[in-house]
Amino acid sequence: MECVFGLVGKGFALVVADTSAVNSILVHKSNEDKIMILDSHKLMGASGEAGDRAQFTEYIQKNVALYQFRNGIPLTTAAAANFTRGELATALRKSPYMVNIILAGYDKETGPSLYYIDYIASLHKVDKAAFGYGSYFSLSMMDRHYHSNMTLEEAVDLVDKCIMEIRSRLVVAPPNFVIKIVDQDGAREYAWRESIKDAAHISTA
Amino acid sequence: MVVFLGFANLLLTISCNLIIYLFEQVMSMKFDTSGLESHHGMLFGARDELSSGLSAAPSFDIPNSNDFDCFQKEAIQMVKPAKGTTTLAFIFKEASQSVKKIIEINPYMLGTMAGGAADCQFWHRNLGIKCRLHELANKRRISVTGASKLLANILYNYRGMGLSVGTMIAGWDETGPGLYYVDSEGGRLKGTRFSVGSGSPYAYGVLDNGYRYDMSVEEAAELARRSIYHATFRDGASGGVASVYYVGPNGWKKLSGDDVAELHYSYYPVEPAVVEQEMVET
Repeated sequence: MECVFGLVGKGFALVVADTSAVNSILVHKSNEDKIMILDSHKLMGASGEAGDRAQFTEYIQKNVALYQFRNGIPLTTAAAANFTRGELATALRKSPYMVNIILAGYDKETGPSLYYIDYIASLHKVDKAAFGYGSYFSLSMMDRHYHSNMTLEEAVDLVDKCIMEIRSRLVVAPPNFVIKIVDQDGAREYAWRESIKDAAHISTA
Repeated sequence: MVVFLGFANLLLTISCNLIIYLFEQVMSMKFDTSGLESHHGMLFGARDELSSGLSAAPSFDIPNSNDFDCFQKEAIQMVKPAKGTTTLAFIFKEASQSVKKIIEINPYMLGTMAGGAADCQFWHRNLGIKCRLHELANKRRISVTGASKLLANILYNYRGMGLSVGTMIAGWDETGPGLYYVDSEGGRLKGTRFSVGSGSPYAYGVLDNGYRYDMSVEEAAELARRSIYHATFRDGASGGVASVYYVGPNGWKKLSGDDVAELHYSYYPVEPAVVEQEMVET
């Protein structure tokens, strides 16, 4: 089942998500990218109901872009996090979006940051965060091995530890993960960790 | 570079729990809420202020009918679910192929039907209209990406109101073959291989095993047909005709439509049985 987690390192933040699109017992797809690149320096990892996840993250992305168009400056990561929280809170008493979000960003003034936002609209600024069944394993793993000012290599090692633990201990573990990072140079895909190749890769090659 | 879609026809048998499920859906249409609202009004006399901010799950008006119970029965018949369906579609080097429960959206796009037959039919027709209007307004055909998103957005807006649609949109556009899975929970996935419906796990078993990107049209058609056949064999609710369509650069073409019972005997001819033990009267 779903696993989304992230952490802040020295000069960068990183988000990891599983890439399975599941319906009941059926895996429809194992290369579904659940981390949206919000703007040049923001990442939004999301878990939750498939429809809500796609609709909500796209809605936030377009609104962040709209703000930048109108005002000529981008939202800071903190502002985007608060905006996202606000939208979830408004929806909560109408028809809630069932999405949990890990928002990572890099700002010139404040450096890298990571926000934990869940579907009941709570917002926390954290160093490390996780959602889904994978969180039981990755949270303790990160608590044990995390330290501030981690280098990218150390952080990726930790992420790999988490992924290995999830794959070996979680019954319903997803096979593949995607890792994205954001630093002063922008938000980008860093790597995939795949134990099953989807035919899509073969066909697009 | 074509997409293949395959799918089998359904039996029109509906399982009991399905009827009950639909029944609950119909029962819940706004009935209870309106009852609650009038209570509020009577007890507190402040119904508007109280309930306005707290409104409710998505709902629609009760049909204006003299005999509501009878209407319900008829309504259930009208949306008879096409459950008990297996549909599949895949992209491979040359084309896309599918079996009968396929709706022709336009000469370059097909949709498959699983879930509520009426819902699928209606919304595919609706999508066909929107695609044609796009074509007239923009002087070019809509992309498969765009078309599937139109449908997904509509279904997302009606989510929780009882629609039941599981569909694949397969077609050919300026970027080549396209295949999307769209369902009434608002999900929309791009992919190269999907199967939807009650028999889909069985179909996946055969499909995944035999799939190669560089198949010929004939191989792909046979794989699609066999996948549907094996799904209808194991899934009690699927059966009927397995139709295979192919979508290439020049639009779709129906390749075959076979009764799965006949397929069974062509794949597994009856072998003369040897009598091992004869019952003889003593």
